[in-house]
Amino acid sequence: MSIPKIPLGHWVEAFEDWLTDHLGSVFNFIRSIIGSMVEGIETGLLAAPAIVLILLIAALAYRIGKWRMALFAFIGLMLIDNLGLWEPSMQALSLVLTAAILSVAAGVPIGILCARKNGVQNTVTPVLDFMQTMPAFVYLLPAVSFFSLGVVPGVIASIIFAIPPTIRLTNLGIRQVPAELVEAADAFGSTPNQKLFKLQLPLAMPTIMAGINQTIMLSLSMVVISSMIGAQGVGALVYRAVTQAKTGVGFEAGIAIVIMAILLDRLTQNAFKKK
Amino acid sequence: MSIIEVRQLTKIFGNEPNRAEQLLSQGWSKEKIYKETKMTVGVNKASFSIEQGEIFVIMGLSGSGKSTLVRLLNRLIEPSSGQVLFNGRDIVQMSTDELRQLRRKKIGMVFQKFALFPHRTVLGNVEYGLEIQGIDKKTRKELARNALELVGLEGWENSYPDQLSGGMQQRVGLARGLANDPDVLLMDEAFSALDPLIRKDMQHELLLLQARMKKTIIFITHDLDEALRIGDRIALMKDGSIVQIGTPEQILIQPADKYVERFVEDVDLSKVLTAAHVMQEPETITPDKGPRVALQLMRDSGVSSLYVTDKERKLLGVVTAESASLAVKENKSIGEVMEVNVPWVPPATVLHELFEVMAETRIPVAVVDERDKLRGILIKGAVLSALAGNAVPEAGVAV
Repeated sequence: MSIPKIPLGHWVEAFEDWLTDHLGSVFNFIRSIIGSMVEGIETGLLAAPAIVLILLIAALAYRIGKWRMALFAFIGLMLIDNLGLWEPSMQALSLVLTAAILSVAAGVPIGILCARKNGVQNTVTPVLDFMQTMPAFVYLLPAVSFFSLGVVPGVIASIIFAIPPTIRLTNLGIRQVPAELVEAADAFGSTPNQKLFKLQLPLAMPTIMAGINQTIMLSLSMVVISSMIGAQGVGALVYRAVTQAKTGVGFEAGIAIVIMAILLDRLTQNAFKKK
Repeated sequence: MSIIEVRQLTKIFGNEPNRAEQLLSQGWSKEKIYKETKMTVGVNKASFSIEQGEIFVIMGLSGSGKSTLVRLLNRLIEPSSGQVLFNGRDIVQMSTDELRQLRRKKIGMVFQKFALFPHRTVLGNVEYGLEIQGIDKKTRKELARNALELVGLEGWENSYPDQLSGGMQQRVGLARGLANDPDVLLMDEAFSALDPLIRKDMQHELLLLQARMKKTIIFITHDLDEALRIGDRIALMKDGSIVQIGTPEQILIQPADKYVERFVEDVDLSKVLTAAHVMQEPETITPDKGPRVALQLMRDSGVSSLYVTDKERKLLGVVTAESASLAVKENKSIGEVMEVNVPWVPPATVLHELFEVMAETRIPVAVVDERDKLRGILIKGAVLSALAGNAVPEAGVAV
């Protein structure tokens, strides 16, 4: 006797249909907000000639990491521009920044809730495990059916993939604040919010920043995957090069991603290190 | 008046505190309850009252429940049952808001591992308690500076805790506890993490501070010497229960049971008992009296010297029988013949440090407080008797 196959796939699809039918207006609303965010950032990044932005970023890199980083930023970004990849790179960057900003905006508060209530942590942790281990391609599909093709489902997929480190490390950072310090804050009559903002968050900041850094890196790693559902940018170039077996083009686009990755990583890592 | 009164205060760690309390009242031991129910008796029916302005020491070995007990007083740990009356109001029944106000304004706390906020400067740490009350920047900085001055840390306002030595860090902790001018200061093993010399200094300074500020201090320690040195009264804890409450002398000289006896048997009394403990009522005379009066007084009380004080008991000198006789012959006043170089010690001097002073003089050593007033005199017989572990004889017994 064989046990019949559980129709898990059917259930998921039925649920997907149900969501599309009933929450269509909500999805449209989210779509328009995220869409205009990406567009806004992209317009901003492309508003001035490339050289202006390159110099600005190099100056920022100098402030954060002195000469070496400034030099790397300048040469790296000039190379991207020289390869004619400036515009697609900025398109990809605006997708990454949107996903990262939304991830941090949602992830830090969720992480705080997890740190405050064990119940929340116990519910959220398995969801995060699921989000990180389920292959990204799988949730591209429902993202497309909810938000149709384009950059928005790319952002959503990036958030799902990239938000866990921010949540996890915010939670961890707050829980790692030594118990005796929390006790001292209590003994002097702090409210829970005073404790959070005056003690826990400041002390957890390095850990939270490590989470945010991871989130940015992960959303950058999603640009190629997002291009499969219609997101424009340097990721799309890589994807096309792969499908057309054009090693040279693929390598050029890949280098642009690597340069952006290193820059984002170093900038966010060092931004909060100094007092 | 009692500022804090604790009644039947009990803390059980575990799922069914009521059941554990029942077992306790059936006479089960802490150990047996843990074995059978996995519940831990933290504090078992502690009752005591603390007077305004005293240093009340709660002493016990680790695991005796003393740190739990002190946290029940400001409800950092919720009591299972019992009452903590603070100026007559039960803290256990207070709402979250009332409790917060109490912690902000009435009860300060100093911690064993200092618990300073590493991301805040010294000043930022000390002003924390004021900041969360919403006191404006200028006022709170000023109050915090005053508190730092009190503990001798002026000039370190902008340093970070990790730039300070252990002793200095705990001064910051103390300043933080004092900044909001609380009525009661809870000190949980506050000096235990410091090395012995620094520790002694801090004990001494705490006594000076307390003499000045008249705070009520509840001090937790596992160190008997420390308890005896600073405590006005000591509560000794074992397995969550208080086994004896008394003055340091009572604990030493009349231990309540074998446990306390074992605890105190190794104490070097000469390092514990102070001049104030063994001093006796002196025979005194004012300088305007004639030498004949002095001689008569000496005869009456059977002594060979008198301390000369003014009407406020301020010590002026000492007159011996010989110099008084000389004064009679030469028709001088006591003021003219008295010896002004009097050997004296402050009341807090331990006997150990007295021996040298006493060996160098024939006349009894005077005990003089910080306002130059004569508090008592030290007579060799009484000092030796106290060292032998006998109760200190009643004041006023002549040699």
